[in-house]
Amino acid sequence: MSSYYFTIIGTRDNPLYELEFSSFKAPASLIPGESHFTAKVKELLPFIANSSLDLVEDSQWLTPNFNLGRIDSFGGIWVNAFVTQGNVKFILCYDNPNSNNSLDNGISSGGSTKYDESSMKHFFNDAYDLYVKALLNPFYGANDPLVSPDFDYKIKIVAKKYL
Amino acid sequence: MSDKIINPSVPTLGSLTINDSSTSGFGYNPSVGPSSNAITKETSSALLNKRAVLTPTSSNSIYDRSLSTKKSQGISVSSLAFLFCEIVSWARRLSNSILDLENRLNGLGYLIGQKYLELVKLREGMKYGKRENKILEILQFIHGPLWRAIFGRTANDLEKSQDVDDEYMIIDNTPLISKFISIPKDYGNLNCSAFVAGMIEGALDLSGFHAHVVAHSSPIEGLPQRTVFLIKFDPLLFTRENIHFS
Repeated sequence: MSSYYFTIIGTRDNPLYELEFSSFKAPASLIPGESHFTAKVKELLPFIANSSLDLVEDSQWLTPNFNLGRIDSFGGIWVNAFVTQGNVKFILCYDNPNSNNSLDNGISSGGSTKYDESSMKHFFNDAYDLYVKALLNPFYGANDPLVSPDFDYKIKIVAKKYL
Repeated sequence: MSDKIINPSVPTLGSLTINDSSTSGFGYNPSVGPSSNAITKETSSALLNKRAVLTPTSSNSIYDRSLSTKKSQGISVSSLAFLFCEIVSWARRLSNSILDLENRLNGLGYLIGQKYLELVKLREGMKYGKRENKILEILQFIHGPLWRAIFGRTANDLEKSQDVDDEYMIIDNTPLISKFISIPKDYGNLNCSAFVAGMIEGALDLSGFHAHVVAHSSPIEGLPQRTVFLIKFDPLLFTRENIHFS
């Protein structure tokens, strides 16, 4: 089962929110939704997400799309990104099941796209909706960390719905 | 000690030890590694049963309401005028110069501009789904949809400065918030639309177009309240635009 790492990065490259989960469809373990990244990959995920920021910032000025699609990959981890009008980046890292955990055995493979790009797009759109709702809260300012438990719960609901 | 864990956006590392744990459930402690916000047994079952009471407002939180409106619900001009009147007198009480007063009004507008930018874009994005990434387009967006969402109509004009390359002007003939404001003579060239200038600046800054916006009164025959919002962009933006679009 594929695992996901979702993070929201603010305009000053500061992390606002992060979540690790796996697909809820056909759960592989006793706990549905628990991520299956190995300890080694877990350690690297924030770095993979942040290292893709350069690519995000490059393409955000080239295309007028919100959803930038797959922009980066590193050792079997693929990275999709989404940029809001207010320059907030949503980054989703996920393991590519075809690569057979290549970060551990050192092989990186292109592989075919088994992932449904459109479900990720829907996930990003709904996350954007939730982010704007959080932003409109007078107690939240742009670039503050998103620590509301309700926001967290809603993001998880959206993750469960689409991924 | 546990309060010193690095939450997202906290710049200082503090003095973290391996015994510190994150209060929010995620963050990065260099002596432990990432403690990500992961799905646990409890959250997993809460998600599957769709039942979670996290805060007193969980059942009907701000996240449950819809952002899209078929028609924007206006508020009465008099209540807005009273509110703005109070904002101006509050800012005047605290400030010690005209410039200070203008800066305060600008700062208050800045926050509103940031929030409205994302809100208006999201509402519009449902139809078109396009991000503004050029100077002219973002200006047209502010002049058009953003102005309409806030003031109920588009601004009167959008002009490029003839003398200076990096200056643009948004012109409003009858600015709504200064409708009932008359500036005393000894207040010099104070313009309370500094608040709106702040909104423009906030919206531009957040979308990555760093600019400085000032409101100037420029009355003409029949339009005594006419206001020009002078937008001066960071010259580096034009370099960026040249690299990407030529």
